[in-house]
Amino acid sequence: MIRLNLFRLFYRELRQQRKRMSLTIVALAWGTFSIVILLAFGEGLNRQMTKAFHGLGQGICIVFGGQTSMPYRGLGKGRAIFLKPEDVELLTERVSGIELISPENERYGNTLTYGRKSVTKMVIGVSPSFEELRTYYPERSSRFVNPTDIDSKRRIIFLGARIKEALFGGEEAVGKTILINAIPFLVVGIMQDKMQNSMYNGPDVEKAAIPFTTYQAIYGDKYLDRLIYKPKDLAGSEAVKNDVIRVLAQKYKFDPKDKQAIDFWDTIEQEKLSGKIFLGIRIFMGLIGALTLIVAGVGVANIMYVSARRRTKEIGIKMALGAKKRYILSQFIFEALMIAFVGGAGGILLSFLAVSGINTMSLKGFVADILAHPVISLNIMILTALILSLIGFLAGFFPARKAASLNPVEALRYE
Amino acid sequence: MIKMEKINKTYGKGSAQVEALKEIDLEIKENEFVGLIGPSGSGKSTLMHIIGCLDVPTSGQYFFEGEKVQEFSSNQLAEIRNKKIGFVFQNFNLLPYATTFENVELPMIFKGVSAKARRAKVMELLDRVKLAARAHHRPSELSGGEMQRVAIARALTNDPRLILADEPTGNLDTKSGEEILKIFEDLWNQGHTLVIITHNPYIAECAQRVVKLRDGLVEEDSVRNLG
Repeated sequence: MIRLNLFRLFYRELRQQRKRMSLTIVALAWGTFSIVILLAFGEGLNRQMTKAFHGLGQGICIVFGGQTSMPYRGLGKGRAIFLKPEDVELLTERVSGIELISPENERYGNTLTYGRKSVTKMVIGVSPSFEELRTYYPERSSRFVNPTDIDSKRRIIFLGARIKEALFGGEEAVGKTILINAIPFLVVGIMQDKMQNSMYNGPDVEKAAIPFTTYQAIYGDKYLDRLIYKPKDLAGSEAVKNDVIRVLAQKYKFDPKDKQAIDFWDTIEQEKLSGKIFLGIRIFMGLIGALTLIVAGVGVANIMYVSARRRTKEIGIKMALGAKKRYILSQFIFEALMIAFVGGAGGILLSFLAVSGINTMSLKGFVADILAHPVISLNIMILTALILSLIGFLAGFFPARKAASLNPVEALRYE
Repeated sequence: MIKMEKINKTYGKGSAQVEALKEIDLEIKENEFVGLIGPSGSGKSTLMHIIGCLDVPTSGQYFFEGEKVQEFSSNQLAEIRNKKIGFVFQNFNLLPYATTFENVELPMIFKGVSAKARRAKVMELLDRVKLAARAHHRPSELSGGEMQRVAIARALTNDPRLILADEPTGNLDTKSGEEILKIFEDLWNQGHTLVIITHNPYIAECAQRVVKLRDGLVEEDSVRNLG
């Protein structure tokens, strides 16, 4: 009951100091808002970049033929190394660490025709595992190349989203027949649109995939353009890579230490590197955030400090009337908590509104895709509000404690 | 009611040291009306702060209702101020943002009185100082005399035996001063003990006993026969 009375009194007094209160609350809210927003954009950038990078595939290695740079067992350097279709089988047998593997052959300049429309695009020949390796995910009620297609050398085709758009527009494409250079192919799948910021020979949405066996039957390529594999676990990727090199070195007779004989695009390695870059960006953002926090903190501290000083006389009056130290301090604590709560909650609410506002604007284009997807971190939000509140509280608490420990006469004399 | 033995109070240190009170011996009995007079700097306010447990003496013994005040903690002093002493200041010392009602209520909140009991008491006191109509005004909307009456009502909330007033009419015009004095006289007649610092010769005349201070010493202590 007594406590309740006290709080009611505190509340009444708070109401009397609206200007100072609202200033403090605005400072708190703004500090919280700026940091949360800043870090939300940082986190959003990180996630979108990662997602776009995964447009190429997640945790995969792409292997290209190369040219030897070291002599090996009597063979000179400068020999070209070409990968062959049967290498896929060889590696599957000999390297146990491989989870998925697919050959890839490609050819530019194919005319794809549907009805009266035609486009000139790249066609690739691949295995079913290519779907998972290179994120060639089919849209609903459509599919990628399957093992039966491979076995029967079926003439089926899986279209990139842009090709489908160009040939069919809004029309249903699955089940229709198109021509590749006058050879009819049945459309079985359309690729889901995806973000992709890493690629070779153009974005995947501009490519059309057919079964590897069908491709070989039509084009008869002697060599592979590349092969793609995914190790069973990321931690062992280096060992798997060494095994792949060892097996290929033995077959093609080059020095396993020769870095140029075959060419690796190791996205696992690359992702680790870009992870480090993003860690750097995060630290940078965090630093800016911390500096902002200090500025906001100083503002809050200043207001609370001045307020406590100005109320020394009031504290004196209350002490003369019989208020105990405990009462004076609990008033300041109550005030700081109130201000912290309202200010922090305001800042959090504001950042939620801003972030969801930006996310619903659905801005178009690559820059917007990458930048305009802020993600709020609850931890950072709460931490920020807490730190600011603590600063404000300490700034108010110490002058109040000083005033409460004065004898009432001195406090009363304070003007 | 109170008894002081060889009370000293010094401010500052070294060469800047000021002796505000020197070896004061003073006893005030129940239901006395004491006027405390003297030129400025004579130590009247310091003496009153010590009587009122707002400050503690540098040396000497102070007994409040037989208890040694020096040995009290700041919380015990606060309790004495809250329950046994009522203060009236020259500059009123009202909380500027609180209404008349809230200002008067304050000592009861510190004491822990229930809201209902507080309300009854505040209205009774405001009636007594004829300010019931001003219960929801703020100090800035009141005249000096009204503010001082609020302060007196506040001093009376916890029914203290001792009322201490420091120049209660110092900031008031003659008419308001007379009203205030009238209230003090009533309080005295009701059995309160009053100690009033004043330059106002009229109040000094009303007092039953006048203590005159000069340079931290009691220069004159005269009990008047009010036959």
